[in-house]
Amino acid sequence: MESINYQNFRIDAENICVDYNGKVALYDANLRLKPGQICGLVGMNGAGKTTFFNALTGFVNISKGKIRINGESVRSAQKDQTIAYVPQNEGIDSQFPVSVWDVVMMGRYGSMNIFRCPRESDVQAVKDAIERVDLTDHLSTPIANLSGGQRKRTFLARAIAQRASILLLDEPFSGVDIRTEKLISELFIQFKNEGKTILLSTHDMIHVREFCDLVLLINKTVVAYGETSEVFTPENITTTFGGISPDFLFGPES
Amino acid sequence: MELFPFLTLDSFIRDPLTHEFMRKALLMSSLVAAVCGFLSSYLTLKGWALMGDAVSHSVMPGVVVAYALGLPFSLGAFIFGVGSVALIGFIKQKSRVKEDTVIGLVFTGFFALGIVLVSKIKSNIDLHSILFGSPLGISLSDVKQTIFISLLVVILLSIFRKDLMLYCFDPRHAKTVGINVFFLHYLLLTCLSLAAVVGLQSVGIILVVAMLITPGATAYLLTDKFDNMTIISVLSAIISSLIGIYISFWFDLETGGSIVLAQTFIFLFAFLFAPRYGIFKLKKLFAGYK
Repeated sequence: MESINYQNFRIDAENICVDYNGKVALYDANLRLKPGQICGLVGMNGAGKTTFFNALTGFVNISKGKIRINGESVRSAQKDQTIAYVPQNEGIDSQFPVSVWDVVMMGRYGSMNIFRCPRESDVQAVKDAIERVDLTDHLSTPIANLSGGQRKRTFLARAIAQRASILLLDEPFSGVDIRTEKLISELFIQFKNEGKTILLSTHDMIHVREFCDLVLLINKTVVAYGETSEVFTPENITTTFGGISPDFLFGPES
Repeated sequence: MELFPFLTLDSFIRDPLTHEFMRKALLMSSLVAAVCGFLSSYLTLKGWALMGDAVSHSVMPGVVVAYALGLPFSLGAFIFGVGSVALIGFIKQKSRVKEDTVIGLVFTGFFALGIVLVSKIKSNIDLHSILFGSPLGISLSDVKQTIFISLLVVILLSIFRKDLMLYCFDPRHAKTVGINVFFLHYLLLTCLSLAAVVGLQSVGIILVVAMLITPGATAYLLTDKFDNMTIISVLSAIISSLIGIYISFWFDLETGGSIVLAQTFIFLFAFLFAPRYGIFKLKKLFAGYK
């Protein structure tokens, strides 16, 4: 008798539904990802991308279905620092009085004591993370003084410092400069080799083809899911975007 | 009344200190200011100014009922403060009315209830001192209560200082790394209610919201570091209290109003001359033109 070994999946979301005060945001959504896989999450605004992220991080409760992270509950994934969330630039208060160092240190909070006193290992993790995103010159710069790209890299560094095995990235390429875009793509390859699992939402179809092994097309529920080469077809994309032709979305040549 | 009733700066500062009630007022108001100032940086960053206004007004019936029943007034105030927030949350969730409307509706309702209760319950409640504060006439039992509540709030805020900062900045991340966001939300609300209770002794219910937002707003204009913001906020709150009480003593002005006005002037000063975020950007003026 064959049974599914849930341990094999980093993320295993089964028929999940999320509603806000009776308004359905997401229904019957499924997703299975293994270590080392990069999956693109594609859909219109309001299609439930952020809701999907929120469900995986436990920021909203699912009303139906089941989520297992490394075979365990979302709750224990939170305790184990398994998931890191990299917000959209618009999703954070850029005028908040904290420095690059402060933000990246927040990645360590979950594994510190109640007073959040950094140990030597936390300081080292933060230093290493900041170095990997090339912000060592900006350690004590307030985030208010950073460019969009630098800010994005700061939050990536926070995810690195957290040592999470799953990274959820909300629009990682929106509003960033070329240098940051290049650095992020290099990091993705490194993350993949380290066996991390990445789920990223994007509006940019070219990025999906470039980085994503898998793609999840959603419009309140899963429209299509599978290998990018098979699933990312003009027909599926058209369905996802409510009948708007992909030519219109990303040019006739693609 | 002469324009300058004091002779020297020395007598300006020393003379009031010969009065027992002035020493007590200065000490207690500084303590209250420090507590409100500490909390203020969180409230301004979280965007809870209106919430602060709501909670501080909503404690009114609690204070009146507690007085009438002979209970510590902080208890009544606390119950109504937290209750108002729960009610705001409930109405917001169950109706289509927008949040700021719900907040305004609930707190004015509570406040009105308080005023009606004062007129109905014939006791020795001094409406004026509840509405406008009476730091000069603070009783011994009030002093004990204020010290107890202030220490409690300071200890809570100190322990959860960094968690609350993270909660204000990025609650989603806090939740993702297993920090109890629900607890932090209610912790901040609890501290807000308690701070409103002690703050109303100094400046009264109507102006207590100033104690909860102005110092934080001033500090926000002066620094880009969270810890410095807290320190500046506390200091500016204490200094405003001292200035307000001295001015009110010498010029026979309403004390609560004087304290809040002092805070407002310090804010205006920061607004105009803050090195980075002020209108005139002092730093640039000093640096001169290229």
